[in-house]
Formats: sequence, C-alpha cells, structure tokens
Amino acid sequence: MNLNGVKAIYVHEMDRARRTIFQSLVSPVISTSLYFVVFGSAIGSRITEIDGVSYGSFIVPGLIMLTMMTQSVTYASFGIFFPRFTGTIYEVLSAPISHIEIVIGYVGAAVTKSLIVGLVILSTAGLFVPIQIAHVEWMVLFLLLTSITFSLFGFLIGIWADTFERLQIIPLLVVTPLVFLGGSFYSVDMLPELWQKITYFNPVLYLVSGFRWSFYEISDVSVMISLAMIAIFLLICITLTWWIFKTGYKLKE
Amino acid sequence: MSPLIEIENLSKIYDNGHVALDRVSLDIKEGELIALLGPNGAGKTTLISIICGLVRPSSGHVTVAGHDIIEDYLHTRKLIGLVPQELPIEPFESVIKSVSFSRGLFGKPADPDYIEKLLADLSLSDKKLSQIKSLSGGMKRRLLIAKALSHEPRILFLDEPTAGVDVNLRMEMWDLIHQLKESGVTVILTTHYIEEAEEMADRVAVINNGTIIVVERKADLMRKMGKKQMYLELQSPIATIPEQLRPYDLRIQDNGQVLLYNYETRKERTGITSLLKDLSTVGIGFKDLRTEQSSLEDIFIDLVEERIDVLERAERSMALDLSES
Ligand SMILES: Nc1ncnc2c1ncn2[C@@H]1O[C@H](COP(=O)(O)OP(=O)(O)OP(=O)(O)O)[C@@H](O)[C@H]1O
Ligand SMILES: [Mg+2]
Repeated sequence: MNLNGVKAIYVHEMDRARRTIFQSLVSPVISTSLYFVVFGSAIGSRITEIDGVSYGSFIVPGLIMLTMMTQSVTYASFGIFFPRFTGTIYEVLSAPISHIEIVIGYVGAAVTKSLIVGLVILSTAGLFVPIQIAHVEWMVLFLLLTSITFSLFGFLIGIWADTFERLQIIPLLVVTPLVFLGGSFYSVDMLPELWQKITYFNPVLYLVSGFRWSFYEISDVSVMISLAMIAIFLLICITLTWWIFKTGYKLKE
Repeated sequence: MSPLIEIENLSKIYDNGHVALDRVSLDIKEGELIALLGPNGAGKTTLISIICGLVRPSSGHVTVAGHDIIEDYLHTRKLIGLVPQELPIEPFESVIKSVSFSRGLFGKPADPDYIEKLLADLSLSDKKLSQIKSLSGGMKRRLLIAKALSHEPRILFLDEPTAGVDVNLRMEMWDLIHQLKESGVTVILTTHYIEEAEEMADRVAVINNGTIIVVERKADLMRKMGKKQMYLELQSPIATIPEQLRPYDLRIQDNGQVLLYNYETRKERTGITSLLKDLSTVGIGFKDLRTEQSSLEDIFIDLVEERIDVLERAERSMALDLSES
C-alpha cells in the first residue's frame, strides 16, 4: 500500500482548495445564505409549516444536500480533469500507486472539501433559523455517503470530459435539475399527482428525504429505501470507476 | 549480470492503426547511458511511455530489474523517474511543493533536506517558493528533472531533455546528466541531436519507423559504420573516371581537380593500396592527399535516410574485397 502516495495526492488536492479558498468555500456559503434570504424569509413567511416544521427550517437539509452534491461533483471532476488538461497526470499514471489508491486520494480530498462546506452551511443556516438534529449518526452517515457517491460521480465526469464545456454540462444539465426537483425546497405531497409519480424516479429525492428525516423525522419515503438508493448509486459509480481503470479509458493510449 | 531493463518483441499499434513500434527488443545494463536516436515520429516517446506505464503495449514484454512492468508495476515504477518531452506543469503550485508531491507520489517518506539539495543541484533554490508558471522554459525543464529525481530512482528516462534549450543550458544539462551517470543512475535519453548522443552516450540505439535499426557502443558504431573519405588533389584535371577504376566508389569534384574516394573503416582492407596502384597504372598523378572521418551525424543520415545507399556501397566494397583477395 502506497500510503505516502495517497497522502501526496490528498494534500495536493487540499492545497488547491486552499489556493482557491474563495471559490471553494465562500461562494457556496454566500449562495446558500441568499437561498435563506429569498426562500426562507421572503417566500417562506407566506408558506405555512410543513409537517410541523417551519419552512425556513424545512429547507435546511435540502440546501445542504444541494450544495454538497454540486460541490462534490465540481471538486472531484475538476481535481482529475485539471491534471489531464495540463498533462501533469503523466506523473500519477507513471507512479507506483494502485488505482484504488489514486481514487482514494482524489475522491477523499473532494469528500473532505464537500463535508467542510456542508458543515459550514449547516452552521450558517443555524444563524437564520432554528435547527434540530434528531439522529446525528444518521445525518453523518447520509452526509458521508452522499459526498462519497457524488465525488465518485464527479471523478467519472472529470475523466470522461475532454473540454471544459463537457466538464460543466453534466453538473449543469443533470445534477442541478435533479437536485432542484428532488424535494430540496418542498415536500413531495405538495406536488400534483402526476409530478409526484415522476419525482419518485429522481434518485436525489431519496437522499434528500432520508437526510431530512435525520433532522426532523419527517420524510417522503422510508429511510431504508433512501439508504438502499444511495447504496445502489454508490455501487454504480464504483463499478464505472473500476471499469475506467481496468480499460484505461481516456487515461492511457 | 542480467540487464536492468529487458525489452522483448515490443509492439505498439495505436487505436488509429498506426504501428508506432514493431517488435522492438533491447537490453539496457545497469549504470549505462543509452541514447535513443531517431527522427520525428520514430517511436522514441512511445517506447519510453510503455516502460513508464503511460501507454499500453500491444504485444511483447518489458521487465525492469527482473519484474514485469505490467504485472509488477508497483515494483518497477519505484525504480523509474521520467522527464517527459512536453513540459506539463501545474501552473499555480510552488516549486518545492511540486517536487515534494512527486516524492510522496512515488511512495517515499518526506525528506526536506534531500529536496533542498536537489533543488540546489538544479539551481532552483531561489525559485523554490515561486509559482511554477513564473518559471522560464529552461527552469521548468529543470523542475521536471527535479521531480523525476525526487524519489531517488535507479533509472532515469529523459525524453529530449535539451529540446528548445539554449547552448549554455544544454552544456549544463549535459554536465548534470554526466553527474547522474557517475552516481550510478542508468540513463535513457532520446534525442534528435547527434552531437548529444555523441557527447554523452555509452551506447546508441538508432530507431526509425518503429524499429531499432542498430544498437552499438558509440565507439564501435563510429568505427564500424564510420566512413572515411579520401580526397586526392590531381596533378591534371580529369573529366571521367577511367574504366579500370569503376569498382571503386569514386567521385569527381571541383571540375575534375579532385577525386573523392569513399571507403569504410570497418573493412579489413580499405582498398587504398590497390586504388593507388591502379591510379598509377592508368597514369593519374596526385599532388596531395587528405582523409576525413564521418561523424555520427553522417552515419545516422545514412542509416535512416540512405539505408539503401549504404547497402549498395557495402555490396560494392565487398566485391572489391573479393577482387583484392
Ligand atoms: N496517441 C496516438 N495516437 C495515434 N498515433 C500516435 C499517438 N501517439 C503517437 N502516435 C504516432 O506514433 C508514432 C511515434 O510517435 P512518438 O511520439 O513515439 O515518436 P517520437 O520518436 O517520440 O517523435 P518525436 O521525435 O517527434 O518526439 C508517430 O507517427 C505518431 O504520429
Ligand atoms: Mg517524442
């Protein structure tokens, strides 16, 4: 096991975040605060409680999920795309380091960053609305699984993408809409029946629902289903990553 | 002692069908400095990239220190440092962090003293905190050498280390490579520059169109493949070469003032004695005589671009040998 190698990649990636601290941390915090001002205060004051939780508090888990999912994808995809783009990837590919170790290094750093962002947003939210966390261990589990899964997903995008446009197109056209339509800002039973049915095809719904349950014990679907969904998604990402390294897809000639 | 690197029937066909390497075999001994000499597109980078793990071979095997580069890659890659042909850099990173990163990546524990010394050896000490994008091209190349040496490899691959480098820096680079060799590192470098191979290599492998045409100790190559040319300044100009002298590789120069004789030093008999005898028989006298040795460059051009010509000439001189004996 090349622990020094894993550490080198991890530290290197965390360094990049430190260099770009503004993009990494400040901008998600600012945009989340804006959501609170707009949804929580301006619009939320006209929406009654949802399942006994004030609207401002209701959207906190969804907002954290929204940010963590998009940030995990962004960090991880950029982390591996950038060295491919500059050509410095040659070093990683010629190093005595196994594929799993490479993934642990890159994805580990992305997970750390998105966890930090998630926790920062949680604290920021605490300044705006009252928050209660009923099951801390479940909350942590969901945070971890979500950031790992989406970081892996981002890693895959970073390898698949050949251009900066392609790098951004999946997060923009797939991840963001799914997250927005995944019940971050509403409870599913607030939707018309047809839309409710469609929403159940959205994997993000299960994550947001489970995560929200760990806060307020209210959910659109059962927690176990949420857990199963994220486990499936995680497995798919792991399988794809394994396939990429096995075939050298877009990494080796 | 078995070779440090054994390349056996290595072929590479790229996805577009291009055959970049065609059954290349080559053994590299520990401690030697070997130059891969070849024109653009010969397959030099492809060969290096396969050994370092950047390109998958289509067929064939490579072992490094007895370990297969694919099955035992964790073992072989520890021994190898690579300085690529391009200069890929992480623009916003600092020099020292970049070198430390490389060391860690190759599995070595941090060693700030060693890194400092390495940077000093490569005259990068005063740049160690600078962002890489602020370095000049020559500095970037030295940085990449530092990165390749950061994990103290036994083998160093230098893919065109002096491309786009000015004369002073090239001399410095040559010095550095000599020092590395002195310290026991096995060096494989690719180059277009004959003088570079001539200056540095113990052995030269000439590669063209994906095949290794010849591998020789440099001195042997010069001796075996080297041609000499003899210039005879004639007493009176001639217009054509007389019939008796046809078997010799002769050319008329300077309006018939000079007769140029090409011969190969690898032959037991150079044909000079018999040529001189035959010259006096046909009554051609000369005032002066001078010989010139071909450089590695001439040999290279012969090998790569005029192979047929060389073969022809070899045949002709063989015929001459027969007639002499
Ligand atoms: N990724 C690739 N896909 C297809 N063909 C390639 C690829 N990389 C290299 N080639 C081809 O393989 C041949 C050998 O290329 P290579 O880079 O090994 O040559 P080289 O000897 O290093 O040349 P140079 O001196 O220009 O660096 C060339 O004809 C090149 O066009
Ligand atoms: Mg090349």
